[in-house]
Amino acid sequence: MSNKLINYLETAGLNWAVPVVRLCRGEDAREQANELFTKVGLPLIAVLVFLLVWSIGASQVNTSLGELPGPAAVWQQAGNLYEEHQVQREKAEAFYQRQEERNAAKLERDPNAEVRIRDYTGKPTFIDQIATSLLTVFTGFLLASLIAIPVGVACGLSPKLYGAISPLVQIFKPVSPLAWLPIVTMVVSAVYISDDPLFQKSFITSAVTVTLCSLWPTLINTAVAVASIDKDWINVGRVIRLNWRTQVFKIAIPAALPMIFTGLRLSLGVGWMVLIAAEMLAQNPGLGKFVWDEFQNGSSDSLGRIMVAVITIGIIGFLLDWLMVTLQSLLSHQKPAGH
Amino acid sequence: MSLRKRLSRTAGLSLALSLAVGSLLPLSVQAVEDLEKEDLKFGFIKLTDMAPLAIAYEKGFFEDEGLYVSLEAQANWKVLLDRVIDGELDGAHMLAGQPLGATIGFGTQADIITAFSMDLNGNGITVSNDVWAQMKKHIPLDADGKPQHPISAAALKPVIEQYRADGKPFNMGMVFPVSTHNYELRYWLAAGGIHPGYYAPHKGDTSGQIDAQALLSVTPPPQMPATLEAGTIYGYCVGEPWNQQAVFKGIGVPVITDYEIWKNNPEKVFGVSQAWADENPNTHIAVVKALIRAAAWLDADNNANRGEAVEILSQPAYVGADAEVIANSMTGTFEYEKGDVRQVPDFNVFFRYNATYPYYSDAIWYLTQMRRWGQIGQAQPDSWYMDVAKKVYRPDIYAQAAQELIDEGTLPAEAFPDFASETGFKPVTSEFIDGVSYDGSQPNAYLQQFEIGLKGDTQL
Repeated sequence: MSNKLINYLETAGLNWAVPVVRLCRGEDAREQANELFTKVGLPLIAVLVFLLVWSIGASQVNTSLGELPGPAAVWQQAGNLYEEHQVQREKAEAFYQRQEERNAAKLERDPNAEVRIRDYTGKPTFIDQIATSLLTVFTGFLLASLIAIPVGVACGLSPKLYGAISPLVQIFKPVSPLAWLPIVTMVVSAVYISDDPLFQKSFITSAVTVTLCSLWPTLINTAVAVASIDKDWINVGRVIRLNWRTQVFKIAIPAALPMIFTGLRLSLGVGWMVLIAAEMLAQNPGLGKFVWDEFQNGSSDSLGRIMVAVITIGIIGFLLDWLMVTLQSLLSHQKPAGH
Repeated sequence: MSLRKRLSRTAGLSLALSLAVGSLLPLSVQAVEDLEKEDLKFGFIKLTDMAPLAIAYEKGFFEDEGLYVSLEAQANWKVLLDRVIDGELDGAHMLAGQPLGATIGFGTQADIITAFSMDLNGNGITVSNDVWAQMKKHIPLDADGKPQHPISAAALKPVIEQYRADGKPFNMGMVFPVSTHNYELRYWLAAGGIHPGYYAPHKGDTSGQIDAQALLSVTPPPQMPATLEAGTIYGYCVGEPWNQQAVFKGIGVPVITDYEIWKNNPEKVFGVSQAWADENPNTHIAVVKALIRAAAWLDADNNANRGEAVEILSQPAYVGADAEVIANSMTGTFEYEKGDVRQVPDFNVFFRYNATYPYYSDAIWYLTQMRRWGQIGQAQPDSWYMDVAKKVYRPDIYAQAAQELIDEGTLPAEAFPDFASETGFKPVTSEFIDGVSYDGSQPNAYLQQFEIGLKGDTQL
């Protein structure tokens, strides 16, 4: 039973909890305490030291917006941001209420009148911006994966194809998102024309920029992984006359899965970084825009609010990585590196 | 649908509406069915003079007109204008020079019009502490030992000469080539004998620094204080709260407000593209109605609502600066040198003195400044100025919106110019810092009066 639990914890990347389980099971207390100290105690101490250094350091720096906020000020701003979110929600409720009353009045006068309920027109809050950024990064990442994995597999199976597109990959891979952005913006504006668009243009622009920048790690890792599969396995496939589909799905992809996941993990990390930069530059909705707006506001709360955003961006990036690692250990039955 | 029809249909509601001015109205239903477009997106720049938009939204004036508006801060004036032109924004808080500049093709070519002038005054010129210390020696003191206002740029002249003698260019910031701020800064400098430089677009020179003693360049408003602090510029002209911000941060000293450069000068406008206005005439009127109400609210009862307006503007989604910084100028005071707080009751005017009415003479003044500084390269006859003004400024649309408000009983007729006799020209005024008198019907004669600046047939 507890072995199974330990297994779960390890799969989920919650290694630090393992010693606790072992302790409960009555294993050697000294050894487990030691383990716990390494896995929980030391990181905790590091965080505390960091907070201490931050709060002392911050009080030494005087910007034109006042003292650099320390951990306490940032924590307080986080609370404010949440409160603002609540206030906006209430305003949104009232907004919908007013609309319904208006629509009812309209229908009363003219039963055939066309009425509809509009989305709230108020400003997105910090929490809304987080949701927007997450949605955008996953859209871009999914799009990138849908292109990169098949192309990568094809390249891995066919050295000629790999040779053919390799120069393109090498040239496009190092291009910064900030260079792509103007092109993507212009192209999306020109191509994506609709009276009642399903997605906002800015969302498409951000997502496509993420796609362009997060294609490469997955593509390259997939290609290399597929190309370096043990040749015997492919040969066996040939001998028992598997059709190409079965060869791809039963041999190539499973064998290459660990590296594909490494590629995906890198891609998602790149995508998240790219997204924030793109949002800042293009003023597209999301956390990047939040940071830029606050910078422009220049109120005495701004720095604290930006720091809340920075920490949030970091934590989300960390969670995204953790998510990929967990997915990988669930799907590929191999312990990924750095786990 | 004709105006008459619209009015007769709304007449029944006017009594109820007249009782509810200033508070959240009961559901008003007039004209709602005729709107061509109900979901609108307006852009603005983080400045206190965007207040009519924020107030029309927060006080529900847009919704009263059946409009569902979202407001979106824009990164800079260029982006804002481009987005109005390509239709991403239905309209925007604009520099008065933007619709005019776009129409005559300076910078961007597009037909932009305005039927609503957003405010009077509201800007200031700030210099760095260092420059202020050097300027102060040349400024006479009043009885209290404080510098005598208004401060002439003549006090800055020796400072600039010193910089130039040391081989250092004297850089200053303004927010956009066709901005009020560019013209105000130039006006002030030139009135003090400092040449701010010419543009020569026909030769491809759009930097505006030909023959310049002070080099002016573009910096977006919210970044002004940071740029000053970084030492890239030594002074700037910008709207609020970015002058008071410099005082609060202790990085600069505002030397003059635009009220002292030209008393009650026209400032921002609400601009839409001509194409949008053609497609959405009823919506356009509804928008102007809501904005007029917002402006009236801002100035009502001797600025009684300004405190609430400050709270609204200090929200991060609007201007976002600290409330105390915004309050400084919005509530009729202005802090020059730290501690030197003076009363400027008309620092920001949103409604009184017919502030919202789009006067042709205001448009023509901007055109004269474009000519003066070379943005209009060739001499143009007086009739040309009038034609451009009539193309861009649309008091006819304003009058329709105002008439509806009068008929509904929302605002009294006395609040507006007498539309039957209004010519669109303000009386001749000489309330400028240099005392030159301006007659909007004589743009070329007006330009002749300036020592510094292009006039007549002069061409660079």
